[in-house]
Amino acid sequence: MAKKEYRHSVSLDAEKCIGCTSCLRQCPTEAIRIRDGHARITAELCIDCGNCVRVCRQKAKRAVFDKFSDISPKYKWRIALPAPTLYGQFDNLKDVGALIDALLDCGFDEVYEVAKAAEIISEATRRYMRKQDIPRPVISSACPAIVRLIRMRFPDLCDNVLPILPPVEYASRKAKEKALEAHPELTEKDICTVFISPCPAKASYAKNGLSQTSSTIDYVVSISEMYLLLRDKVKRAEPGHSESQSGISGVKWASSGGESEGLFNDRYLAADDMNNAIQVLDAIETGKFPRLEFIELNACPGGCVGGPATVANPYIAKSRILGLRHGLPSSKNYLKLMDQKPDYVPENLMVDSPIKNHIPPVRLSDDFSEAMRMMQEIDRIYEELPRIDCGSCGAPTCRAFAEDVVKGECLFDDCVVYMRRMMQQQKTGGETT
Amino acid sequence: MDPLKIHFEVDGEDFSSAGEASVEMKKKLRQLGIPADVIRRCSIAMYEGEINMVIHAHGGTADVEVYPDRIVIILEDHGPGIPDIDLAMQEGYSTANDRIHNMGFGAGMGLPNMKRYTEDMTVESTVGVGTKVTMTVKL
Repeated sequence: MAKKEYRHSVSLDAEKCIGCTSCLRQCPTEAIRIRDGHARITAELCIDCGNCVRVCRQKAKRAVFDKFSDISPKYKWRIALPAPTLYGQFDNLKDVGALIDALLDCGFDEVYEVAKAAEIISEATRRYMRKQDIPRPVISSACPAIVRLIRMRFPDLCDNVLPILPPVEYASRKAKEKALEAHPELTEKDICTVFISPCPAKASYAKNGLSQTSSTIDYVVSISEMYLLLRDKVKRAEPGHSESQSGISGVKWASSGGESEGLFNDRYLAADDMNNAIQVLDAIETGKFPRLEFIELNACPGGCVGGPATVANPYIAKSRILGLRHGLPSSKNYLKLMDQKPDYVPENLMVDSPIKNHIPPVRLSDDFSEAMRMMQEIDRIYEELPRIDCGSCGAPTCRAFAEDVVKGECLFDDCVVYMRRMMQQQKTGGETT
Repeated sequence: MDPLKIHFEVDGEDFSSAGEASVEMKKKLRQLGIPADVIRRCSIAMYEGEINMVIHAHGGTADVEVYPDRIVIILEDHGPGIPDIDLAMQEGYSTANDRIHNMGFGAGMGLPNMKRYTEDMTVESTVGVGTKVTMTVKL
């Protein structure tokens, strides 16, 4: 059977792209090259973090989402799954209920807060962490860009990734299940779930699933699109008619550290922003953190509130979400497992199969001696390069350029700095500098 | 076939850069298609060695040689040397000072970890001259 192709959520509008080097430098996996005046993304290296979308001044890099208008009329029951980050986009919101009202007003039949699912996931994680024989530290599975990065660059740490569903997936599955119970006239085909997402990585998650776990989310629309639709509908002056479905601990997941705080275990680390996350993963791999129990990593600055498809500044959003916590209990959702062992995790909360490295690692050649030869060649070329990482050749660093030359993807002449030096040498009569 | 050689200077003045050689080596080994568990063992051994050189010897050099059947890591410094190598190999034995302990290092696991994660390790040291650690990880 042919392997299903991975579907990305970051795309390029070649007409708008002027071939500047902004995205080139910001890509954490060096997946971008400028070729023929335009950026090109190497699909197998892209982790959909959206960094390039954030920094593109031409708005040529786009996150690919479903549109609200794409939701098919064939669905009789449309369930909104708002990420807690959505709550931080609006000023002077009295409570989460007011936002739920506005979502229903937009045409959704039901709202199932992702924060509600997050509280269940927190409890399941606390249970999982009591197990004796699990690889530690446990690494959160909530950020799909991080999970994809681990599978690609830190394959040894795959076993450390929390094998529990990300909150949005649990929300989708549970919301559908509940809707079927509450409305016996509906069948599975009548119900759709629509995730309102802060980032393209989660849109990719919905299209591709997590490792082997498939997703039940039907549509992913961006927070920025929903913001426009909701702005006039949100009644800010008064509390909503709907009641919020989650407590403080679920809503907290919107910003970095929120997930960890829900574990009641101080031996955690929460890092945000891709570069920090990579440094932490490097450190774990070299055994630097033997005593930590839990690692929460978010690709975006500040956590999900910093997602490329949000409207508000991440810190303003975080502050607003803090304000919404007044009067909420610490949690509203519990697993209610009376007679089970303290480390028991219900099967329906676990990922369908373990998270595995099945993205081919970035090797130069399948043949080891050929890879050795290429590496030696790369080193030799690199020595001749200016090593200023200017990006003019279309590669993010001189090192990456040397690799591209050896792989046959570009020519040594593409280094303008080197060529200029050669021309100057010719002018001055071939003197070497 | 000539071995692939990678050379690193380990800066002894700066703790913040300790570990960089290990990360750099890891990237290259990954590109060569070396199995993940071998890379992990090499990077742990290299990291411990780097830290040792920063703590005790004001830095030094790290050389990695990749052969078709093995990876050899050679760490060399011109530090104070190790008077009693057998003692230094014991888990928990440390001569690091309080400042180092306060930074979370100096648990006395450096050399033992390096030995644990490699197939072969030799330590040559002369007091007042320096130390050379050669580690081999088989492929």
